[in-house]
Order: sequence, then structure tokens, then C-alpha cells
Amino acid sequence: MRTNQFESMKESEKINYSGNHLLGERKGMAPAAKRAAALLIAAAVAAGALTACGGASGAGAGTADSGQDSTGAAKENGAQGEVIELTNVSYDPTRELYAAYNQIFEPYYKELTGQEVVVTQSHGGSGKQALEVSNGLEADVVTLALEGDVQVVADAGLIDDGFTSEFPLDSSPYTSTIVFLVRSGNPKKIYDWDDLIRDDVGVITPNPKTSGGAMWNYLAAWYYFEQQGQSEEEILESIRKLYGNVVVLDSGARGATTSFVENGQGDVLLAWENEAFLSLKEYPGEYEIVVPSVSILCQPTVAVVDEVARKHGTEDAAAEYLSYLYSDEAQVIEAQNFYRPSTQEIYEEYVADTDSNTITEIPADGHWINDNIVLTDITHFGGWSEARSKHFADGAYFDQIYEQ
Amino acid sequence: MKLRNNSGPAKWILILLVSIFLAVFLILPLVYILMTALGRGLGVYRAAVTDPYAVKALLLTLRATLWAVAVNTLFGIAAAWCLTKYAFRGKKIISTLIDLPVTVSPIIAGLIYVLTFGRQSFLYPILDSRGIQIIFAVPGIILATIFVTFPFISRELIPVLTAQGTDEEEAAALMGAGTWTIFRRVTFPHIKWALLYGIVLCTARAMGEFGAVSVLSGHLRGKTNTLPLYIELLYQGYDFTGAFAASSLLVIMAVIVLILRIFLEHRGKKELDLHK
Amino acid sequence: MKPVKNKSIIPGFGLSFGLTITILSLVVLLPLCSLVVFTLKLTPSEFLYTITRPRVLSGYRVSILTALAASLVNAVMGLVMAWVLVRYEFPGKKIIDGIIELPFALPTAVAGISLTHLTTTNGWVGKIFYERFGIRIAYTRLGITIALIFIGIPFVVRSVQPVLEKVDLQYEEAAMILGADRRTTFLRVIFPEILPSLISGFTLAFARSIGEYGSVVFIAGNTPYETEIAPLLIMSELQEFDYTAATSIALVMLAIAFVILSVNAVLQSIVSRRVSGLA
Repeated sequence: MRTNQFESMKESEKINYSGNHLLGERKGMAPAAKRAAALLIAAAVAAGALTACGGASGAGAGTADSGQDSTGAAKENGAQGEVIELTNVSYDPTRELYAAYNQIFEPYYKELTGQEVVVTQSHGGSGKQALEVSNGLEADVVTLALEGDVQVVADAGLIDDGFTSEFPLDSSPYTSTIVFLVRSGNPKKIYDWDDLIRDDVGVITPNPKTSGGAMWNYLAAWYYFEQQGQSEEEILESIRKLYGNVVVLDSGARGATTSFVENGQGDVLLAWENEAFLSLKEYPGEYEIVVPSVSILCQPTVAVVDEVARKHGTEDAAAEYLSYLYSDEAQVIEAQNFYRPSTQEIYEEYVADTDSNTITEIPADGHWINDNIVLTDITHFGGWSEARSKHFADGAYFDQIYEQ
Repeated sequence: MKLRNNSGPAKWILILLVSIFLAVFLILPLVYILMTALGRGLGVYRAAVTDPYAVKALLLTLRATLWAVAVNTLFGIAAAWCLTKYAFRGKKIISTLIDLPVTVSPIIAGLIYVLTFGRQSFLYPILDSRGIQIIFAVPGIILATIFVTFPFISRELIPVLTAQGTDEEEAAALMGAGTWTIFRRVTFPHIKWALLYGIVLCTARAMGEFGAVSVLSGHLRGKTNTLPLYIELLYQGYDFTGAFAASSLLVIMAVIVLILRIFLEHRGKKELDLHK
Repeated sequence: MKPVKNKSIIPGFGLSFGLTITILSLVVLLPLCSLVVFTLKLTPSEFLYTITRPRVLSGYRVSILTALAASLVNAVMGLVMAWVLVRYEFPGKKIIDGIIELPFALPTAVAGISLTHLTTTNGWVGKIFYERFGIRIAYTRLGITIALIFIGIPFVVRSVQPVLEKVDLQYEEAAMILGADRRTTFLRVIFPEILPSLISGFTLAFARSIGEYGSVVFIAGNTPYETEIAPLLIMSELQEFDYTAATSIALVMLAIAFVILSVNAVLQSIVSRRVSGLA
């Protein structure tokens, strides 16, 4: 790549610095003017270089980029025939779900409107994703782990009020819950939440301060101890013990699963139900799911990011994208990816007929939903903003249990 | 010459020490990556590295790297020239500011661009009305890459230019040579090897940047996922083979760059010897 | 070297200065200013409270302690490596010389992932340590230190190596002829020459390690007060939508980096003065 320069360098080195060659080049300009001109050129070059990366990003000379500068594409999107691009910003465990869902949505929408649509996915910690959307990540729709995270986007002025009533069932097309994943044979005999505070048990759960899923874990544990009739101090003490048993406090749900599954840490993983089943599927025979007596109904919330969709002219496609999540086809895909579908008939189809709370393998008949569980939900904790300020804000309960 | 051909036990003990250290800290992780990448056979490996998303991520990484190298080369030469050939106030401050990016946490590097170009910044309405998006888009990734590799080239050039002094340039200037001529004929021959080394370092570091880019990329699959981010994505999707296969691409690229460097350095030394 | 005059006759000041300042402002200064502006939204007492909460203080402590340990290891090993590479000929030297920059090129996340896999109680290395000595590496401060050693390897070697190459063998030979033994020769003749570069390599490695995130977050285990590093706290403040708290901590880290660089600058001038005073 640089060999040409080598050749010329060699030549230049042969030249002695007698100065004869150098004379007569570039005189004439007054020094002051020259300096000013040079400064200008420099600034222009630098600014040009930096803004050019902006310009280049769309067309991307020679790169296989599909040529979308999310900003420039806005206007054309309205026109028929052009491909509409939707960006769905979601949380970590939904990768497989939306990969499958997008495959049925794209042909469905083509058939419905004659319009071609391509969905781009983004996955990450729910809170982080919400923050990025509030900060200008141009998502047409968000499908996050909890209502509180969608609220953050709404607070930034990007989502119109009343997003929880925009779609059926508080805008959560599928739900999940928190279960335990233990090693095959359940060697530590872990059956319920009180087993987690035994001295010999190592627990893996992500950090509620950095992970949406981990907040559900914490609240589910809280609910259990509350059901045992403990006072608030006693609950706090139990929770302190539980987190004292935590071996690795990962920053996200997927990281926690990796620590438990891949790196062999701890005896029990507090996991989203769908994550736990995914581990059973990926590593057959190595793990078991234990469904505790009580847990919490996790309601992931979806919403159209109105302001972005308006700007892109994708409001209709975005709304259709989310309402199609409630269709029977989509509900089946959600159930197949181990989310609890919200349509009652489909839900019933997947309920297992069993009294056991231990699941050692994915049921061959597909009936994986275990109904022997009492589920509370976030309203028990007074909604997300109250739960956040009481438990997870700086200096709140979660910080207190780590104080020494 | 007795010292040069030192071959006492000390020599071998030290060499052994270095070899063990590097074997444990550098080679072992690499071997682990390659073994996991090839763990399920060549077919799986080939499928993993030719996945369209992997290819897009690779191209984006290369693009960001090229931009970073180009901007930093321009900046490195200008800054090194400016700091070594002239005396002016504020030189120390500029010099420290140039170094700062290396010591700034990559997280902070990403954060400052989010703060500067994000929705809550006063710049956002201006940029947005022109349809320019910086963060969560390719320009932001390029900016972050430039930032983390900012001093790499200038830091290589400054010591060389300092050692060389200003006499030759002054002589040339007295004889009436213009800026470009002086640079090309007098200065450039002195700095070319240092420049090359800087470029190699800059390339290597730019390819692997993770933290800063992660903060401002938005992780849009196929659009703003660089190779390191793509690796993280695969890793978290339980696709360890794919993740390590993609990592091996980076390892291979890094090794190529480093071999290139040894080769060029060798040539450079030979050239230098000829001149002596 | 001739002192540079204020009014240099070399042309091109405008061009080079203009370019330098423009790029520097766009890439470094402007973003850093927005960090400061953002932090100014807090009152001084709020700011102080944010940056001195026990959890945050412990984050700084973990970051600084592990970075210090890793940089010390790297200083010693870097010196040895530079010595071996400059003074000895042996088969495979080129390879060693070539791979030293690898930690720069490998994404920190990849390094973190593979180091974690190697050092957990099931990993190739971690197993030996756990079963033989009962030492856990991954998910402890030891693990963090290991990750930081990895990313800091190139700094010391690459700053000492070129200086060591220039140390004139004649001085050493003279010292030996005058009856100095190897140790004295090294300590009195060579060491003072390379000390400035050693310090600067050490401080760079140290500063870089304090801010490291990508590799550490996988191996650290992130237990509050134990293995939670300061950059992770910034991330967790961000997740809590607390931009001001995140930027406050970031500002402190930035100040630490700036102080480290300044200390380095001061040490450089002291040491080089002492060396030239001796010479």
C-alpha cells in the first residue's frame, strides 16, 4: 500500500540539501496573507474531513452498507415502492424472538399494503437501550423489558402520552416470569426462594442497577419473603443474605447466563423464564428449571416512538408492527420462544399438565408453561416509579443491603 | 563487544522469563480463541465468517479504521511539526491534551460524544434540521475511533523531530523553499519510519476499539455494529463458536498488520545502514 | 540542540498550527467541554456528594489498586522484555517483538472473554490454581489485575526499548573496565538513562488501566465494594438515567488521568535534569 512512497522517498534522500532545487518555489504571497490563508485551508481541511465522514456514511463508497443514512431516508420512505425501514430497539433476551417475528412480519406487511419493509434490530440492556433512544438513537419502535424504561423515552418527549393504552393489555403482547435454573439433578436441593439464603448456595443474578431483568428478580424475591409474613426489616435482612450469596453480579441478563452456564459459576441462576428454557434447549441434560412457589409477572412493554416515526414517515408500519404481535401467528412464535402469550386460547395450548415444579427437559409436546405458581405484578409495588425510588435509586434499599 | 555477545545464564533465565510471561498472557488467550473458533470444524467456521452481518461488521470496522488513520496521520504530522519546529505559548497544554485520550476511559470517550451530539445537546437541533446524525450512526463511530487513537501517530513523530532539531529546515527555508517542499524533501525522510510505526499502531488499536464505540453505536444490526460489537452480540447469543470465529478475524488482521510492520521496519533499518 | 527561536523562519506555522488546533478542538476539546458543562448542572455540594458516596469511593479504590498492581508487574516485566529484545540475540526474537502490540489490536471485550474463560474455576489455568492452591482468579481482584496486565503489556516495553537501544555500550564497557560489576553498571549507568522512559511507560499503562472497561467487566464479577470498578459505576449511573451522576464520576476519572499525566511530565523534567546533571 505504501510502496510507492518508498520509491519516492529513496529518491528524495539522494537529493542533497544544496538548496538549488528548492529555490524559486512559492514566493510572492505576503507572509501575513499566506499565514491567514494557510490557517483557513487547515480549518477547512479538518472540518471537511470530519463532516465528510457524515456524508460518506450513507453512500459508503465501495462498502456493502445497504445505503441507509437513517436521516436521509426519511422523506422517501413515505412514497410507495420504496423499502420502508423500521428500527426496533429491544432488550437482551428477545434476539431470537424478533429474529423469528421479523421473518413473518415482513411478508405479512408486503401482502397487506404492497409495501416492502425491512426491520433492523438493536439489542442490549433494557435501561441502556431506553437511554440511547432518548438520546437520539432513531428507533421507530421500542420493545423493552419494562414499562419504566419505555417511560424514560416518553419523558424525553419522544412518545406521546398514554402509550400503555395504545395496544391491548397495557401494551404488553407477551409476558414472562422469573424462575430458577439449577444444575442437573439439583445437587443443592433448591426448590424455593428460602433455599437461596442458605449458606451453601451460590447465586447468580445480574445487577438490578444495570439490568431490567434483575429488578424483576429482586422484586420477586421481595414478594416471596413478604408472603412469608416477614416485616420490612426482616425482608431486607433476607434480601441482604440472598445477595450475600451472589457469586457474580453481572451487568446484564445474558452476562449472568454466561457466567452460570459457560463458566460454571454458582449453583442457581435467577433467570427470565424464556432465558432458562433457552439454556435447556442449548445444553440438553445439563440443567433443570425449578419453578418457585411465587414469582412476578414480567410485562415487557412495547411502544411506537411517535416523534421518530413521524419524522421517518413510518407511523403506520410501526403501529402495524406492534399490533401484529397480538395476532395468532405472532402469539405462536412468542410461545415457541418461551414467552407467555397473552391470547388465552394460545396460552392454554402451551400449559403443561403437571404437578411437579421441576422441568428437566423441554416437553416434547411443547406444553412448557408451568401454571403451579402464584404471580404478583408491578402494581403490588405501586408501579415502576415508586418501585424504583424505594428499591433501586441511589441510597435506596438495594444500595443499603451492600453497605458495610 | 563482550557485552553484546553476552551469553551467561542470566541471558537464558531472562529470555525464559519473558517467554513464559508472554506465553501465559498473550499466546494462551489467542490459542484459546483459535481453538474455540475451529472447535466445531472448518465448515462452521467458514459459515460464521461469511455471514452477511459479519461481513458488514468487518467492512464497517475497516471503514472506521481507515478514517481514523487518515485523520490521525494528518493531525499527527501537523501537530508534531507544529510542536517541534516552533516556540509558542501553550505548547505544554496542547501536548498534554494530545496525550489525554489514551488515558481517558473508553466509556468516557463515548459518553462525551453522546453529550455533545445527543438530543440534550444544543447542537442537536442544528444538526438534526440538516439531517446530520452523528451518534448512533457511522460518523459517531468514526469520531470515537479517532479519539481513542488520537495521539498514536503524533507521539511517534514528536521524539524523532525533536531529536532532529530545526537546523535543516531553517537552512532550507533560508534558501527560499516553501512549506511543502521543506516537508517533503527535508523532514519527511527523517520521520517516515516513525510515521509508519504510528500508522501500524493506530490501525491495530482502531480495529479493536470496543468500549467507546459501544457507548455511542446504538448496536443497529448490520448498520452500526462494528466487528468487536458483533462479537459481543454473538457471544451473548450463545454462539461462542461464531463469536470466537469473528474474533479470529480480528486476530488475523492484527497479526498481518504486525507482520507488515516487522517487514517494513526491517527494510527501514537496511536503508538506514546503507546511508551510514 | 539549538534553542528554537520565537520567530522561526521555517514556514508552515499557520498551516500546521491551524490543523492541530482545529482537529484538537473538534475531537478532544469540544466534547470535553460538554462534559464539564453538563456537570455544572449540579451544585457543588451535590457534586461532592455524588463523587464521594462510599460505593463510588470503593470503585475508585478498586480501579486504582488493581491498576497499580498491574502496572507494577508490567513495569518490571516490560523492563526485562525491553532488555531481552535489545541486548540478546535468540531464535524467535522477531516473533516476540512482533506480538507485543497484540493487546492493542485485540478488542478488549475479546480479551476479557477469553481471559475469563481461561481463569474460571473450570478454565484451563483457573482449574490448576483452584485445585492446587485454592486460589480463585476470575471474579476476584486478582482477575481484574490479570486483565489489566494484558492490556498494559505494550506500554512499558515500547517506551523503554528505543531508549535502551540508544544507550551507548561504550559507557558500560568503560564502567566495567573501571571495575564496576554488572549490578553496579546497570544501576549506575544504564538505569538512570532509561528511568524517564520507564516512568512514562508506567504512567501511561497506569492511566490506561484505571479507565479500562471492556476486558474487566467480564472477568470482574462486579460485586459492589469488592470488584466493582469505577468505569462500571459510570455505566450503571447511565442505566439509571442519571446523566449528571455519570458525568460527575467521569469528570473525576478525567481529573485523575490529567493528574497522572502531569505527574509524569513533572517527573520527566526532574529525572532528565538529574541525569544531565550527572553526565
